[in-house]
Formats: sequence, C-alpha cells, structure tokens
Amino acid sequence: MSTLLIDNVSRWFGNVVAVNDVSMTVGPGVTGLLGPNGAGKSTLINMMGGFLAPSTGTVTLDGATVWRNEGVYRHIGIVPEREAMYDFLTGREFVRANAELHGLGAKEAQHALATVEMEYAQDRKIATYSKGMRQRVKMASALVHQPSVLLLDEPFNGMDPRQRMQLMELLRRMGAEGRTVLFSSHILEEVEQLAAHIEVVVAGRHAASGDFRKIRRLMTDRPHRYLVRSSDDRALAAALIADPSTAGIEVDLKEGALRVQAVDFGRFTTLLPRVARAHGIRLLTVSPSDESLESVFSYLVTA
Amino acid sequence: MYNPTVARLTYRGLLGRRRAFILFALPALLIAISVVIRLLTGADDDTAANVLGGFALATMVPLIGVVAGTGAIGPEIDDGSVVYLLSKPVKRPTIIFTKLVVAVGVTAAFSAVPTLIAGFILNGNSQQIAVAYAVAAAVASVAYSAIFLLLGTVTRHAVVAGLVYALVWESLFGSLISGARTLSVQQWSLALAQRIGADGAITSDVGLPLALVLLVGVTTLATWYAGQKLRGLTLAGEE
Repeated sequence: MSTLLIDNVSRWFGNVVAVNDVSMTVGPGVTGLLGPNGAGKSTLINMMGGFLAPSTGTVTLDGATVWRNEGVYRHIGIVPEREAMYDFLTGREFVRANAELHGLGAKEAQHALATVEMEYAQDRKIATYSKGMRQRVKMASALVHQPSVLLLDEPFNGMDPRQRMQLMELLRRMGAEGRTVLFSSHILEEVEQLAAHIEVVVAGRHAASGDFRKIRRLMTDRPHRYLVRSSDDRALAAALIADPSTAGIEVDLKEGALRVQAVDFGRFTTLLPRVARAHGIRLLTVSPSDESLESVFSYLVTA
Repeated sequence: MYNPTVARLTYRGLLGRRRAFILFALPALLIAISVVIRLLTGADDDTAANVLGGFALATMVPLIGVVAGTGAIGPEIDDGSVVYLLSKPVKRPTIIFTKLVVAVGVTAAFSAVPTLIAGFILNGNSQQIAVAYAVAAAVASVAYSAIFLLLGTVTRHAVVAGLVYALVWESLFGSLISGARTLSVQQWSLALAQRIGADGAITSDVGLPLALVLLVGVTTLATWYAGQKLRGLTLAGEE
C-alpha cells in the first residue's frame, strides 16, 4: 500500500505556469486525473514520476521525496504518453531489458507479457507494432516488477474498444489488489468507467477532487447555454421563461436567434420541444453553445 | 558501475541507427586512401604520418567520437525513450559510465583499429608510426567519447555542437592558434604518440605529463558531470 502526496506543488516553465499550487493525495485504488488538453496533467504526472522537479512544493511517495531519488522506482511503474521506445528491439527483448534493469529476469518479463496478452507478438520488432500494441508492451514494462504505484499518462489513446476494455479490466484488478493506480485522461467517459475517485485539473489548477458521481452531478447540473432559432423566437422566449428550468433568455438580434440559459438540464431538454409544439413554433436550430469539455471544466473551477 | 543491460541497449541503438553508416564509411575511406597512396607513392614515413595525423587523428577520430558519444545517449533523450532507463532503480552515474564504456569501445573499434591497419598499409609500421597513431586514436577515443557523451546530456543539438568542436576547434583553431592546441584532445593524444614513435617522427605541442593529466581530468570531469545532468534530467510533457 503506497500513497503519493503532492503538497502545494507549482511548476512553471519560464513565464508559463503549468501547475498552480496543487495539493492532492493519491492512495490505493484507481484514481482518474481528468482535465482538458494542456491542463497540466502530464506535468503533474512527470512530477509524480520524478521526471520533473516542482518549482515549489514537494512530491513524496510514502514520505520519500520522488525527485532525484532512483530508489522510488522499486515501487513505481510508469507508462509514459510518448510513443518512443526501443523500436529496434522485439517486444520480448524490450520487456526483458526492463526486467533486468530491476534486477529481475526472463520469468518476470514473460509473466508481464502474458498479463497484457502480448505473447503472440512478442518476437516481432516494436517498430512493427500498432499503437495499441505499443501501449500494451509499455504497460508490460511498467508491470514487470509488480509495482505498488502505477502512473499512466493518457493510456487509452490509440487503443481500440476491445484493448481499452482489457486495459480497464487490468487496471481495475490492480486497484482492487490495493495498488495505487493513477491515470490521466481528457475523456470524461473513460474516467467514468474506471475510476471512482477523480482529481480534476483545469488550467494548472486543482478544480475538484473526490467521488466521481458527485462531480459528474456538478457537471450536469451547471447552467447550460443553448442557441435556439425558431419560426417565432419571441413567442418561444415568452413560453420558455414561464418555466423554472429556464434562468434567462436573450434575443440576439444580430444572430437572429435566442440565447437560452437553462438551470435544470434534464427538465429543459424535454420542455423545449413540448413548448414549441404546443405553440405551433418550428424549431430550426438547437445547439448547445458551451458543451466543450473546457467549458465544463471551467465551470467546475468556479463551482 | 557497469550495467550489461544498459550496454546492450546502447550498442544496439548505436549500430542500429542510420547515422551508424558514418562509423563504417570513414574507416573504409581511410583504408582506401591508404591503399591508393601506397600504390602510387610506395612506402613513405612522412606520407604515412601526414595521412594518419591529418586525416585519421585530426578528422576521423573526432567525427566517429561525435557519432558514438552523442549517439550513445542523445537520441534516447531526444525521443524520450530514456524514460525506460531512468524509471529504474539504477544509479545515474552507472548509466553514464556504461554508456561511456560502449562509446569508447565503438569509437576505438572504428578509429584505432582502422588507423593501425592503414598505418601498416602505408609504411608497414616503420618508425612505429602505425602503432603510435593507433594508440593515440584509442586514447583520444576515451576523451572524445566522454566529452560528446556529456554534450549529449546537456544539449539537444549535441551533434552540431560536437561537429563544431571537432572540426572548428580541433582542426581549424588548432592549426591557426598555437594556444588552442594546448586545449586539444588531438594534441594530448599526439603527446603519447610522440613517445611511442621513433625520435622526430611525430611531434606534439603538449608535453606528455600535462597531456596525461588533461586527458584523465577532462574524461573524469565530463563523465561525472554527465552523471549529475542525468540525475536531474527533466522530461517535459507533450503539453
């Protein structure tokens, strides 16, 4: 059982602040590190993995500083996001080399390859592997010493659905065994399927932490904005504002559309077509204007 | 201090990359030149010293040193695959020392050995010229490998920096400014060659004791510092 402690960590590159005063504790089980692209997830994972010094603050594994301490790698396994591997080796040679660097041998390497179901292609050069196969061999190289902490940077990128399910199952199993598994992702659904506990980072800041369902509710309950065009905008506006699920409506003359702010997402989505029909209004456009992940996340920052 | 797995990954990486063709091309060129000269002019000690000193030691050894020294670590740092070495409980100086051993081995194999062969072709080792230059090439291989390995850990433009050092500093400045010669790996190794060769056959601008101190000092310092750089190596993310 191992715990990673990130304590008041900031990291800047020149004038750019990549991670801004983040504190979090990552304990046994599966934790999802969620955030849009460029939020600082990789920077955080690099600091957790000892490949980047925090500008301020500390990252420790069970009390031991991670930075400049190669001893921690007895307990940490890392699956980097970058593709580069030793492409001139076969999968088996690569995992074997990783095992040897841990003072282990062929037996452990073979076991790791079996765990990720890559034995069938182990004697092919890594250069010939697909992205999903590379990902699995990387995974084998990180598992070879049975680490108590596993850090994975965007591990599902480039995997097909079946491989994705297999990896999720493996990570779930590792979490259930009491290992500390942390993976980053910018895809909500991925995190939802795998991690009960999530840490959300937005623009380098720690936006939310805790149970996934609570955070998900926060995300869906936030005010939603829609752009609506209809055969009679003003009549529609009058009908919508009468319902409590609508918080505000603006008639955008320039766009020739309504900007609707809904507070109760579920109720509003059934209300809109019903109201339109009842008043004989034709809906021409209904488009959410803030559905991007970034806006979902930035809502969390202010929530 | 020496890790056979790191060594295996390093030498396979070195000989497996495209730039490795330089490792084969330059020695082949040296031997071809030697054969042609021998056929055209016959055995001549001055010519032998000129070819071995002017081409083998001054140009070929540093170029091969650049390829092997920077190639032993630079590409791994560039593409990020070094993460698989660094995420292991292996001491960073051990990684550097092992890579140095491999780089020295490759540089020496592709420079000292061909120099010896070329020397025998040129004048049959008369006045010990072939052996002297081969030893100088081997000794220079050690210092060059350490210097270029360090460059590989401190800059992403290690090959360019290495080429500038090898060609501009060692070849150009060395021939124009006498002071620069004191700080030249080539001159340090020539000091050793001078001792091995017959009297007057080979000359160096640096005395042997100073040359040995500088060779050992630079190699040790560069290796130590590369280990320190690797300990604090930062892998920036994709973001």
